[in-house]
Order: sequence, then C-alpha cells, then structure tokens
Amino acid sequence: MTGIGTTSPLGGNATDTWDALLRGESGIRSLTEDWVEQYELPVTFGGRVKVPAVEILERIELKRLDPSAQLAVIAAREAWLDAGEPTDAKERILVDFATGIGGLGTLLDAWDVLKEKGPRRVLPMTIPMLMPNAAAAAISMDLATRGGARTCVSACASGTESIANAVDHLRQGIADVVICGGTESVFHPLPIAAFAAMHALSTRNDDPARASRPYDIDRDGFVLGEGAAVLVLETYDHAVARGATMYAEIAGGAVTSDAHHITAPDPEGHGASRAVLDALAHAGVSPADVNHINAHATSTPVGDVAEYTALHKVFGDRIKEIPVSATKSATGHLLGGTGALEAIFTVLAAKHRLAPPTLNLDNQDPEIPLDVVTSPRELPENVVAISNSFGFGGHNAVVVVKSL
Amino acid sequence: MAQSKDEVLAGLAALVNDETGVPVESVVFGKSFAEDLDIDSISMMTIVVNAEEEFGVKIPDDKVQELKTVDDAVDFIVGAQA
Repeated sequence: MTGIGTTSPLGGNATDTWDALLRGESGIRSLTEDWVEQYELPVTFGGRVKVPAVEILERIELKRLDPSAQLAVIAAREAWLDAGEPTDAKERILVDFATGIGGLGTLLDAWDVLKEKGPRRVLPMTIPMLMPNAAAAAISMDLATRGGARTCVSACASGTESIANAVDHLRQGIADVVICGGTESVFHPLPIAAFAAMHALSTRNDDPARASRPYDIDRDGFVLGEGAAVLVLETYDHAVARGATMYAEIAGGAVTSDAHHITAPDPEGHGASRAVLDALAHAGVSPADVNHINAHATSTPVGDVAEYTALHKVFGDRIKEIPVSATKSATGHLLGGTGALEAIFTVLAAKHRLAPPTLNLDNQDPEIPLDVVTSPRELPENVVAISNSFGFGGHNAVVVVKSL
Repeated sequence: MAQSKDEVLAGLAALVNDETGVPVESVVFGKSFAEDLDIDSISMMTIVVNAEEEFGVKIPDDKVQELKTVDDAVDFIVGAQA
C-alpha cells in the first residue's frame, strides 16, 4: 500500500481527514440546500465533503463529471501523487473502483429537464455521466492507465470489495499497480427521502454532530455522508524495487453473501463471520492475531448488533479485548466510498500504531460488549487489523491490514 | 426575436466557452469547430442543445452535420430566427 487519497466530510485530503478524526471532530452538519425545506425532508443533515469539488476542479471537469466521479478524480490524483506517480507501463496499471449507486444526481436532474423542457433539452453527456462505471473511467482517463478500468458495485460493501479485488488482481499477476477504492455523492432529496422511507436514517435533526452514534443505546439510524477514498496497491517486491514508501500491507480480503434478506443482516452473522474468517485465511493470519477492528458500525439499531454477533462468532470472548473503532461516528456513511475510507483509516492506524476514536458513545448498548475506542489509543508494534463492510443485498466484504 | 450576426456570435461564443472552456475571443468568424477550436462531437451536440434554447430555434439533427464553422452556425441561427 503505497498511496492514499481522500476527500471526505472531515477534510479535503488524507492528512486533514486523519487529523480531524484523531481530534474527535464530526463531519456531520445541517444541510443548507433549498430543497431540504422545499420538500420538507424528514432528515435535514448529513456529511457533505469538507472541501467542495468546485474549489478543486476545472469548470469543464465539473460539467463533464457527476459529483461522484468528481470526488473520485480528486482522491485519485492525491493517491497517485502520494504513491510517487509509478512509471510502470500504463497497460500494467489497473483501476478497480467502487460506487454504491453511481451518477444518481445526473439521472434525476436530466429527468427534471425532460419533464420540464422536453427530450431535445436533455444533454448528450447525460449517459456517460450517470453510468456506474463513470468514476473508474474518469480515474483511468485522468491518469492515463490502460490495464482495465473495472467497477465494483455491492452497495455499502463496494469500497471494501474493490480493495479485496485489487489484492486478487496483484496475486494473479494481471497488473503491477492497482488503483482501488470507492466514491459516493448522492445528496439529493430523492435518496434522502428513500433511505428515510426505510427508517434507515437517523432523524436527530436538532443535533447533527451527535446523530451518528454506533453502539450507543440511543442510536437511531445511519447518517448519509459523501466522499471518495483511493488506495494505490502494488506487490511488496514491486514497491521495494521502485523505492516506494509503504504505509502498511493489505494482506488479504474476502467477500461473501448472506442469501438471507435484501436489506436486513443475517441475525446469526453467518455470512459476515465467514467473510472475516476467509479474509484472515487469505492473509495467512489467524483470529488470534487480530488486535484492531474498524467496524462497519453504521449506527443502526439492528446492524450494529448483527456485526457484533458475527465478530463474536469469529473471536469468541476475546472480542471484548480487541480495540474497535467505529469511524462512521465522525464521517457518516459514505455508502460505496465508505469501505475505502475506513481501509485508509485502518492503514493509518497500522502505520501510526494508533486506533482512531469513536464519537458519541455516551451509553454503550449492553448487548454489544465490545472494547470501543473513544479516544485515540496506542496499538501494539505488530498491528493485524480488519476493516468490515456490509451492504444491502447481503454483501459482506472484509480486508486485512498488517503493519510493516 | 431576430438578432444581428454579431449578437448571435457573442451568444454562441458564450455557449462554446461554457461547454468547452475555449476563450470567447477565439470563437470568431472563419474558425472551424472541430479543426480550429478542437471541439469534439459530444461537446458540439451539447452546444447545439443549449443553442436551441438560447436562440429560440430548432436545429434539425441532419443540419447539425453541416454546421462545421462558426460562420455556418451563425448564419443558420440568424436565418432560423428571421
């Protein structure tokens, strides 16, 4: 792992985001868009990116890319620069990139134009902007990589699945460098109304910064966030050969599916626990080695318990001794981008031997007796960590991070 | 509402600039959209969609292919407005 980049509710780059996370800042604020009041939305807050794309990108890039792809390009440029701009043959550099939903804002805006002004006013860039592969394509074109630009779509597990895929691509030898990660930007009244219709979102409108509260007894749903996170992966030998600075090792990853329910997690945690065990086996480590967890922990009443059940299945009572960070408490839930951002947090935790804090844990749910990290906590010299993501559709994805 | 050629040129230059970033002062008579201004076909189609709204005219799809230069476009729009 030789490069990271992100634009998130906590900051416009990886350093600012990590520093804000360690300081215990929240990226969740009241939304100021006119449509919040216009549609009397039941949820009036979320985690918009701290630095809007309009402050970074050229006007033409803003016009040609859906917001989700805009954020992806910003994060990818940072990660690529951070990796020292590898000079490999462009055909050996692969993009495997995730989104949960794709260019939804572009689609909905174009539909408005069609209804109000007719089909002749629908812009020709509509399809290339809304297609779910647009972010992967934008990164590939921006960095002129030609080893394939793949798209991974598995709802909120997408970002983590992309990283697991990247490890496989490198092990299979089909690329020398893989640019992976995920993005999402769906701040529009429709997805907010739709998530609210599922009773999935927190409605703590009067106190946004305290709304995302994983494991707290008063948690009432997840908080929508936006952002992108990108990681540059290469094999250890390749990184050494070009003299790259390494953050940590993405030692393995795995993906499983529940076949249980379209939105509800399997209460027994069969699929999720199998994903953890498979990822650990893929990484060549055992559950006994794990000493840090970045949990999916979205702050929903049911999801947080289901993840605990799955973790207990893997680690037994030792789970009470493993420091767990639930960073969505600060960032909100970036959907297809969330796993990639949390993988970056896990990588930085391994590099700095420091577990980041979980916000808003005032009264821990007695049904979830985890060792939750609430202020930055030192980790042992040899960090073996997992980062979990689970998505609608019964998708489970886990990656394993080892310190170097 | 008929406009003069210079008024249409100014409006067209603004649309071209908005879509492609080409400076408005580069969009002048005698220039070809593709060769001189490096405007690709999808940008050209976007400019056409926006021009129909801006100038209150209809530019048929088969006509778009014939609008190769700034002169072609301005002449067509002025004619269609008349």
